[in-house]
Amino acid sequence: MRKVLQPILAVALGLALGLGVTRIAGESPWHVLQILWRSAFGSNYDFGMTLFYSTPLILTGLAVAVPFQAGLFNIGAEGQLTLGALAAAAVGALWPVMPWPLAPVLATLAAILAGTVWGAIPGWLRARRGSHEVINTIMLNFIAAGLASYVTLYLLKNPDSQNPETRPIGAGYLIHQFGVFGGAPVSLALPLAVMAAVLVWILLWRTVLGYEMRAVGQSEPAARAAGINPGRIRIIAMSVAGGLAGLVGVGEVLGNAGKFRLGFSPEYGFIGIAVALLGRNQPVGVVASALLFGALHKGAADLDLETEHVTRELSLILQALIILSVSAEGLWSWMKKRREA
Amino acid sequence: MTAQLVASTLRVSTPLIFAALGGMFCERSGVINIALEGMMLMGAFGAAVGTLVSHSPWLGSVCGMGAGVALAAIYGLFVIRLRANQIVAGMAINMLAMGLTPFICKILYDVTGSTPSIPIAERFQSAPLYLSWGLVVICFLWMRYTPTGLWVSFAGEHPEALAAAGIRVNRVRWVAVLVSGALAGMGGASLSIFLSSSFSRDMTAGRGFMALAALIFGKWKPLPTALACLLFGFADAVQIRLQGVALWGDQPIPVQFIQILPYLVTILVLAGFVGRSRAPKALGTAFQEG
Repeated sequence: MRKVLQPILAVALGLALGLGVTRIAGESPWHVLQILWRSAFGSNYDFGMTLFYSTPLILTGLAVAVPFQAGLFNIGAEGQLTLGALAAAAVGALWPVMPWPLAPVLATLAAILAGTVWGAIPGWLRARRGSHEVINTIMLNFIAAGLASYVTLYLLKNPDSQNPETRPIGAGYLIHQFGVFGGAPVSLALPLAVMAAVLVWILLWRTVLGYEMRAVGQSEPAARAAGINPGRIRIIAMSVAGGLAGLVGVGEVLGNAGKFRLGFSPEYGFIGIAVALLGRNQPVGVVASALLFGALHKGAADLDLETEHVTRELSLILQALIILSVSAEGLWSWMKKRREA
Repeated sequence: MTAQLVASTLRVSTPLIFAALGGMFCERSGVINIALEGMMLMGAFGAAVGTLVSHSPWLGSVCGMGAGVALAAIYGLFVIRLRANQIVAGMAINMLAMGLTPFICKILYDVTGSTPSIPIAERFQSAPLYLSWGLVVICFLWMRYTPTGLWVSFAGEHPEALAAAGIRVNRVRWVAVLVSGALAGMGGASLSIFLSSSFSRDMTAGRGFMALAALIFGKWKPLPTALACLLFGFADAVQIRLQGVALWGDQPIPVQFIQILPYLVTILVLAGFVGRSRAPKALGTAFQEG
């Protein structure tokens, strides 16, 4: 019970604090909450946009959750998803005449592969050179951004556009968008992300590999004594994470933009950390909290227009406060102690 | 040309040096500081607002440092008092700064993008540059020759030993976190009221993380860290200079490869391919006082 209650309390606390902040801007918190709700769920289109933002967050949330179960902290989902999207767009731009069913499959595999490689690097560095994955993944995020900028502006530049983006991909690459959402780009990427969550659940709780990952995450010496090679497990966990993050490219490139646009991600990778944390690093929790953060992101988008002084950046403040409340170990153990006393 | 490049290297290194030295106190005391980026951003904003109000860059930078300290206090509350995971809380603090700065900017100036620009007479001309190098010397002497400097090291290496000697570990860490907020705030101030003429949205653009990289490259020691800042600043200055310059034909030089160099060398150094960098032993672990 506590496992479900604590995240819900943390969300409530974070929202209360964050909405309290809007008072400073002279706006009624209740009014702001109404706008958030309406803008996230008010119409089919709004709800579609919420789902559109939630899709990459499911994947980046999983990309943080899987290594976390193996005792690793993946701050690198941002870089992994950047290269995944870039790879999908590169395949689509370089071989534009590929026929339909083959084309999206190839682009998807390219996205997974690019993300996997980018995840495997910090996994390997941790396993074989002992350097910490947190610093390495942060650094790799910047390197990925630099590489993506180079490829986009020098190798695959779209000659018909002033924006920093690649040439469009071939028509055969585009995947199905659901019509019921009034034009919101909800594509096959959404069921794909949910399927990924199911597969991650099976991997972690129904396979030997998943058992080994969790064993390494809980106690490395114990895992080693049981004959598990922690280095190998770490490399695999980070590679899987990279592949999951790389899948973000499918929804963005094949399901939405039809090309790679520099800076398309509003920090999906970082919000994924919050998603995983709030979802307690469990696939079901990740999907649920991805939906919440997607709704916050979409909900806040209309604040600029509909209020006098509150800006869309309120969603960042709300997200930060929710993460802080859920992460405050001391707060929860203090509450537990008080209840028991 | 050369003199210009040297001058611009020194100038763009200044914010990095302040922030990296701030990160040094925090990390040497055992607290990871991923939040340098956010503290710099708050500092940059606070300094711009302070200067616009007071018409003095000195008072402005005090405001910037205050803004950094305020954010550091929230960080300290969560990681020291409430034992939150330092990486998670650090990322959240960065997000908070990214959200709060445009939010407050909108309330004060009715725009989200940037503060009004600060007249040149009210900005710093070169003071932060000298100040930063003075600070390098002070930090070096402090960490090496004073008892309090030793406390900081012990809090990060052997907190139990420090506690056994009767020193409150978490009190030392609190001071270190707040000092890092002040210095990172000064780093941000030197961005907004020294290197540019106003605060603009997300103007730190990863410099907090670059300062963190310099700290690791400099093995968590003041002098090598400052030199690493200088090296990264040099890469930045070269990159700015080469932007749009044609190499052969009309192909511009791809400056991206210079931009990623600091991050690449940090990975290589941390992995022991080039020298070796070792983190304080108790870095990242909360200390529960018995």
